[in-house]
Amino acid sequence: MTKGLATHWRLMPQRYNLIGTHCKNCKSKFFPQRKICPKCRRTGSIEEFKFSGKGEIYSYTTVCAPPQGFEYQAPYVLAIVKMKEGPFITAQIVDCKPEEIEIGKKVETVFRKVIADGSSGIIRYGYKFKLRD
Amino acid sequence: MSSKVGIIGVGMTKFGELWDRRYRDLIVDAGVDAIKDAGIEGNQIGGMYVGSMSPGLFAEQEHVSALVADYSGLAGIPATRVEAACASGGVALREAYLAVKSGEMDIVVAGGVEKMTDVPTGSAAVALMGAGDQEWEAFKGATFPSLYALMARRHMVEYGTTIEQISQVAVKSHDNASLNENAHYGFKVTLEQVMNSSMVADPLRILHCSGITDGAATVILASEEKAKELVDDPVWIKASALATDTIALHDRKSLSKTEATVLAARKAYKDAEIKPEDVDFAEVHDAFSIAEILAIEALDFCDFGEGGKLTQQGETALKGRIPINPSGGLKGKGHPVGATGIAQAIEAVLQIRGKAGDRQVKGAETGLIHNVGGSGATCVIHILSMEK
Ligand SMILES: [Zn+2]
Repeated sequence: MTKGLATHWRLMPQRYNLIGTHCKNCKSKFFPQRKICPKCRRTGSIEEFKFSGKGEIYSYTTVCAPPQGFEYQAPYVLAIVKMKEGPFITAQIVDCKPEEIEIGKKVETVFRKVIADGSSGIIRYGYKFKLRD
Repeated sequence: MSSKVGIIGVGMTKFGELWDRRYRDLIVDAGVDAIKDAGIEGNQIGGMYVGSMSPGLFAEQEHVSALVADYSGLAGIPATRVEAACASGGVALREAYLAVKSGEMDIVVAGGVEKMTDVPTGSAAVALMGAGDQEWEAFKGATFPSLYALMARRHMVEYGTTIEQISQVAVKSHDNASLNENAHYGFKVTLEQVMNSSMVADPLRILHCSGITDGAATVILASEEKAKELVDDPVWIKASALATDTIALHDRKSLSKTEATVLAARKAYKDAEIKPEDVDFAEVHDAFSIAEILAIEALDFCDFGEGGKLTQQGETALKGRIPINPSGGLKGKGHPVGATGIAQAIEAVLQIRGKAGDRQVKGAETGLIHNVGGSGATCVIHILSMEK
């Protein structure tokens, strides 16, 4: 999966710093960013919003048959996390054993290498989550 | 405007690893069979819709609308490719239905095709993951089995659905597929085999997942007037409904209720003026075994949370109260993604004509077909019936 550099570069604020958006009209928060509020179904009052990176596990699985580029990480835990501010996101849970994962457990983001384009390609970083003590 | 739209001919290839046939061979073979079945000539065809998810990645071929029209000997007619991931076939059927319904065309072809085995399995998985959100799911290491595993987990926690119940879906699909000569996986499997097969994404194992399959399917649609003139046994499309949901699974209102199916089903039942209990059988999108449980609940064949039990009690088997996937479904028959929605329509037509052989559902007069794209972002439903 060798994609152009720009595909990652333009998403860096979101992937590195959890910058989503916030609708001033209905107060809904969105991650990833939205240009049109799906709740109000219109534009006009969207502004950037930085998420705390704290949340809890909503659902999870252990990926045993990984996609291309993730072979060296498998098996890994993939989860849907409910963020403290409301939105849900998909991410890996790292630094723990799959047996330690439970729905409802508190997690927080860590900044990690996500995928590398082969041995000489670019390395893409982003958020993953770890269990909170 | 045509008041009714009927299916007057059907044709499909065997589903499987068809090494000897190219992309274009598959769809042309299916089309020729459908034209023969309808007893029409090529020059009576007014237009064509071809459902195909990813010929570019699977066969390095785009612009398949013109390609298929050309190799069908029909260059000149309007031809349109339709893409809605795994629901491409079902949405192509809907576009063909609308073309006839509007009065624009009298006789229209709806085909579906995918040639998936010419690329390595890893590349096929990349192509399929295009049905999800590349930036916020695939980039995080999500695969389609893992997205359905996330749904299965919630269903198990919220409703107490068991892995035995989920596995029973696969057992039943293979039982039915063993009666279907066109099925890719026409062999039976036991509950133990399913539950001990290799883990793909916990709790889903390899025998809970549909495979990589080549195949094509074609149906011929006609206006009420033409259908009556041309054949004795048209099967009428009583409703066509399409709904969407968020592209990423994590943005859905619920992981255990498939909203797009609920929305499409509501419209389909209303338009067909029937209730769920009037449906004699259904072909549903069991790309993963949990998906069939999600489908039968959202289609209101049982309450939310009861799908696992309904399956375990045998109510969805061929001789049960509401037979689901008599063809063997995506799991048993195979899932050449673009072809699936059309193949579902073909099974419904054969059942309603009473020509489904050993897997014939008794008293099959009204059937529902349910085709899903991605993890549920597209759902297209049609209701077919022998009576207008
Ligand atoms: Zn808003």
